[in-house]
Amino acid sequence: MSELAVGNIVRRVLHIIREEDHSNTRDAVEGFRLSVGGDNDYIVEQDHLNLSVAAQSSLCRPSLHALLERSPDSATTYFTATTEDDSEEKRKSLDPNARSLEFRRKVISAVNDLIEDINTCHLVIAELAVEHIHHNEVILTFGRSRTVKEFLCAAKEKKRSFGLFVAEGAPKYQGHLLAKELAARGLQTTVITDSAVFAMISRVNMVIVGVHAVMANGGVIGPVGLNMVALAARKHAVPFVVVTGTHKLCPLYPNNPEVSLNEMRSPSEVLSFEEFSDCMDYRIGTGAPQLHVGNPSFDYVPPELVSLFITDIGGYYPSYMYRLIADYYSSDDLVIQQKPAS
Amino acid sequence: MQNDLPANSKPLKERTSKAERRALQEAQRAAKAAAKAEGSKLPATTSGAVASANVKPTKATKPSSQKNDSATVASSEKKGGDRPPEKDRKKDAPHPRMQYDDKSRVEKAKRRAVVKQTEARNRVELFRHLPQYEHGTQLPDLESKFFQLDPVHPVVYKVGLQYISGDISGGNARCIAMLQAFQEAIKDYSTPDEKTLTRDLTAKINSYVSFLNECRPLSISMGNAIRFLKNRIAKLPLTLSESEAKAFLQSDIEQFISEKIILADKVIVKHAVTKIRDGDVLLTHGSSSAVEMILLHAHELGKQFRVVIVDSRPKLEGQLLLRRLVGKGLSCTYANINAVSYIMHEVTRVFLGASSVLSNGTVYSRVGTACVAMVAHEFRVPVLVCCEAYKFHERVQLDSICSNELGDPDAISKVPGREDINYLDGCTNSENLQLLNLIYDATPSDYVSMIVTDYGMVPPTSVPVIVREYCRDQVWI
Repeated sequence: MSELAVGNIVRRVLHIIREEDHSNTRDAVEGFRLSVGGDNDYIVEQDHLNLSVAAQSSLCRPSLHALLERSPDSATTYFTATTEDDSEEKRKSLDPNARSLEFRRKVISAVNDLIEDINTCHLVIAELAVEHIHHNEVILTFGRSRTVKEFLCAAKEKKRSFGLFVAEGAPKYQGHLLAKELAARGLQTTVITDSAVFAMISRVNMVIVGVHAVMANGGVIGPVGLNMVALAARKHAVPFVVVTGTHKLCPLYPNNPEVSLNEMRSPSEVLSFEEFSDCMDYRIGTGAPQLHVGNPSFDYVPPELVSLFITDIGGYYPSYMYRLIADYYSSDDLVIQQKPAS
Repeated sequence: MQNDLPANSKPLKERTSKAERRALQEAQRAAKAAAKAEGSKLPATTSGAVASANVKPTKATKPSSQKNDSATVASSEKKGGDRPPEKDRKKDAPHPRMQYDDKSRVEKAKRRAVVKQTEARNRVELFRHLPQYEHGTQLPDLESKFFQLDPVHPVVYKVGLQYISGDISGGNARCIAMLQAFQEAIKDYSTPDEKTLTRDLTAKINSYVSFLNECRPLSISMGNAIRFLKNRIAKLPLTLSESEAKAFLQSDIEQFISEKIILADKVIVKHAVTKIRDGDVLLTHGSSSAVEMILLHAHELGKQFRVVIVDSRPKLEGQLLLRRLVGKGLSCTYANINAVSYIMHEVTRVFLGASSVLSNGTVYSRVGTACVAMVAHEFRVPVLVCCEAYKFHERVQLDSICSNELGDPDAISKVPGREDINYLDGCTNSENLQLLNLIYDATPSDYVSMIVTDYGMVPPTSVPVIVREYCRDQVWI
């Protein structure tokens, strides 16, 4: 349950397939209206049949599997309405196999577009950097995100000079790597520990972070420690900006996200086994271990703490994110059913 | 209004009125200025007194105890004339501490320094007003000089080395170590000819203090203790012989340690234990001696509770506390400070220690405390700060940048035990990259529910009252 982006992409692809099918059906229904005007009894009868099949297929859609594996039988007869129309007729009179191939080709090209979008989202976002970062600003970031890195470097390219604080982001310490990369690119970087975030944030103009996933209510799932940073930013009235591609937008609502959307990593990253191996054996009266070590890997930040989302389709307020879900996902796909083994 | 000797006119511990005490201090300052200037006993003017007060800051670079130098320097106990109290009120405002971006003062301090420090090359601009030195260069240098006994007493030298290496850390521990070292030094002290005990001993103590400050900047608790000691020296009657005076001072130090630190801790434990109920989940940050005592005592009383220890880099002091608590049988959870939002759901109370509490209610404590208090406040968990009253201070501070301590930047780039994380090896000298290792931070008073002191359990707004009534003018009740 931790890699939400996988589920997102699956749903995106399903949505693409449904969209393609929906646009095909719409065209077919359009074609009917043109042909129903005919007076021929035979035609009317055929048309009624076709219309009803089309209506049936639009109301209770065939499964996606059926759409892709369309076999040349009754389900496709609505394409064979007889009239004198030009391109519609040509298309309708195509061989069903070719139609299925055509459909699949369209779906594949849409998926390729999606791949392209995901690969280049950080470049698109980086173009917006100049609007948000100005001279002599001080920016704080947490952990390491490629989108943030490109964002900051783009502002640097445009000759904006700003200072940067990077919080190291224990226990992965990705902040160290980011700081090294940014210093190599010429940005004035200071590495601080996560505990010093509250101390330094009074001197910071803006917090820019990348996250793991964006939930439907506008809340974000980010590296552990991000909630602390967001709270400190709110206390000091510092804008908390999240840069993310739309592929991270998840249509689920976070219920008890600390537990259900979290992943616990090995405690050895926090406490070394060699030093504390003797303590691991202690037990209290009931036999439960005396020493627990917690190492969650994600943190949930509620939408009230986020000031702005910068995505590859523009900047949005957290309460708007649910609208984007309607654009990218179909409601049928929200809960991916387990197929019963039959 | 000449300065004439009081012929046993007042016993040492009599409580004089405030105006008289201020007048006394004024006269002492004046006498010192006069003695310095001419060597003859002329009454100095007010400006002379002010000038002497300003000369003192460059003599000893003690950021936190500076502001009360004016109250403690004394050449001898002389009863001065009646200065009107209004003039003294102006000098009650604390002297500004030494700022390290003031080049002339830094130069003067360096000339007097015992420890040769090399300034760090890669300094964070925001902290130019704080000293930052290359770590790792001092310790071997000082160790080699150990057997050159002048000018620093070997016990004090030892304590300084322990500070540098980090063997002694924590407000109480450092303060006790320093005071015990001073006890030894006073025991071995003998007045040179033609000098008065008080003046010479004070000068010696000043030199020890500046040495310790160069090893590691003084904590606020140490500053208060030094102020106390100097005041005691100043108040010694002249009629005492040297051995009597030394015995007097040693017993005073002993009394300070036992009353202000050890007994105070017992009182704090007694108060705070009443706030722990069965089934509690208590969270603490880092390792505080007061909080540790509270937890152990509550466990001895048989209360059922769990402890969560939140730790932060680079010192990772929580691991030491964890080991001690688990050894005593408490059931503990350990987490990094990043996980504090995750853990805070199940926590019922937060106990924090402090290096000091300032007069605007701000708690000055180990870095990370502010984050913990903020998250606790967000989750509506009460925060109790346990701090002995001798650590309170008149200073005020709004954020963590005005005054802080900068530690070794290499401690950030090295992650112990994780060899895969060594991205920053060798990067400490890159020109665009700086590493900032803050030691303290300031927690705003709205995050603190209650402060447990030896004067009782008080809200943060009562701290300046305690400072004024009990700690001002060294009336150490």
